[in-house]
Amino acid sequence: MSPARPLWTSTATELIALLRSGELSATDLTRSLLDRIEEVEGDVRAFITLTPEVALAKAKAVDDARARGEDPGPIAGVPVAVKDIIATRGVRTTAGSKILHNYVPPYSATVADRLEAAGLPMLGKTNLDEFAMGSSTENSAWVPTHNPWDLDRVPGGSSGGSAAAVAAGEAPWSIGTDTGGSIRQPASLSGVVGLKPTYGLVSRSGLIAFASSLDQAGPFARTVADVALLLGVMAGHDPRDATSLPNPVPDYSAGLAGGVKGLRIGVVSQLMGEGVQSGVRTRIEESIALLTKLGAEVGEVSLPTFDLGIDVYYLIAPAEASANLARFDGVRYGLRVDAEDIVKMNSRTRAEGFGAEVKRRIMLGTYALSAGYYDAYYGKAQKVRTLIIRDFARAYENYDVLLSPTSPTTAFGIGEKTQDPLTMYLSDVCTVPTSLAGATAISIPCGVAPEDGLPVGLQLMGKALDEATILRAAYALEQELGPMPHPLLWGEPS
Amino acid sequence: MSISREEVVHVARLARLALTEEEIALYGEQLGRILGHADRVTSLDTEGVPPTAQAIALANVFRPDVLNEPAPCLSQREALANGPAVEAGHFRVPRILEDGDPSGEEVAEE
Repeated sequence: MSPARPLWTSTATELIALLRSGELSATDLTRSLLDRIEEVEGDVRAFITLTPEVALAKAKAVDDARARGEDPGPIAGVPVAVKDIIATRGVRTTAGSKILHNYVPPYSATVADRLEAAGLPMLGKTNLDEFAMGSSTENSAWVPTHNPWDLDRVPGGSSGGSAAAVAAGEAPWSIGTDTGGSIRQPASLSGVVGLKPTYGLVSRSGLIAFASSLDQAGPFARTVADVALLLGVMAGHDPRDATSLPNPVPDYSAGLAGGVKGLRIGVVSQLMGEGVQSGVRTRIEESIALLTKLGAEVGEVSLPTFDLGIDVYYLIAPAEASANLARFDGVRYGLRVDAEDIVKMNSRTRAEGFGAEVKRRIMLGTYALSAGYYDAYYGKAQKVRTLIIRDFARAYENYDVLLSPTSPTTAFGIGEKTQDPLTMYLSDVCTVPTSLAGATAISIPCGVAPEDGLPVGLQLMGKALDEATILRAAYALEQELGPMPHPLLWGEPS
Repeated sequence: MSISREEVVHVARLARLALTEEEIALYGEQLGRILGHADRVTSLDTEGVPPTAQAIALANVFRPDVLNEPAPCLSQREALANGPAVEAGHFRVPRILEDGDPSGEEVAEE
């Protein structure tokens, strides 16, 4: 390792090699990342809660195991940041909401248990849009997170804290959740890699529920290889989640270098239309040319129902949310605003505890489910969801992977879209179809837009449980693209 | 399209949200615009198309019912630990039953 290069710039894969060879201890690594957090967190605000004592205790346990000659696991000792919607036993978990300002879970999410079992020290709980509802992290009840590429811009959302932490070098990798794009869109806007797994691949047990038919946890990192490693730790059947798939988990790292020769890639014309920023289009088209050069067979595919994805999503997700969030009633946990009868107590607690976007979605969802409107809105959206799934199936008769921008634009300014919810919703146009189909997709950085110097994300969508193929294609493109520019916050280019 | 004040108040009551007059006006307008945008979906012919509740469906997920191996469960102490008001091993809440039906409030008291 070059002494000129700070530890926090290293990828997880590089750190694992140093840890396993004994050149670096997990404790020293954790301390150095806590120092990096100290250095930049005032600007970025990626975390709601920092957990240095939890991280250092885990790091020590890993070091002690190695000192005793035991193997603490293949990736043990590399610290991780975890979205604050994932329950962590004994560590406050707020979901970015005032209504859970003091909630300390009595149990951990299965995902958190798996990180712990893999020996990953947890640095802290990252910021998010309240209950993961948003595309900018501005809906956090605490503070907005700032994009490390330009502190006046949003990191994307809802997992904006997890994306920004990785982009800023505060953590080599992190965990987010994706309901309609909440991993992929912030990965795109913050210039990191993010993967949304197939519905059911990663356990939802202990994720504070937003939309139960859509929610999935997944990894962020700065390279495709790191994302593949972390996904391998998270994935797998869990009896605590009845929607968890029993399928065996493949080794996602094994086939990464297989290349894209002969891989059939369909570019979705509906997602390359008018709303796409010119510099985003430029970078995506360059990447398509590179994939073609590498031997992929690239064609254009028209999937007309993708134009309806946003509308379907913003009926189904709020409907499910309105039911899931009924549990926040001031009785068992979180905020209570006292009143003389129970209905007033429930209603005042929720009015005081929820922010504007969460109330809006509860209202929207309750309306779409209410007597007289159910068939016209929720029922209709579920039928059009079927049509979107059929469009995917049709595309996969001729293609192995589908391609689009992850977001039609680069990172927008803080405050730019907060007054108009519909404009904010439209930034999810490229990511919601995969969510509705329960399938998988990855976003990788493919350069910066010439007009603003901000990162552009390219999305590769795969069939359900075909993470290996999108990872392989993403890896091939990443290698061909070569080193990416770094955020301003990295200082002098390394 | 716009949502009437009466409808917004009705939905807020179903959702147990004590909204202010300002919020009632705002959400009426915003819900109207969001649902108006969804006209493309609501006006689509979906005759004969089955609904999808869950894209990756599993059926009949069972676990073995093994004696002396209970499913994971919180202790009473753990379950009550986050309660905003707890008494004698229970969550304490304001009165639920009284003379007449607690109708709740439709509009927040400012």
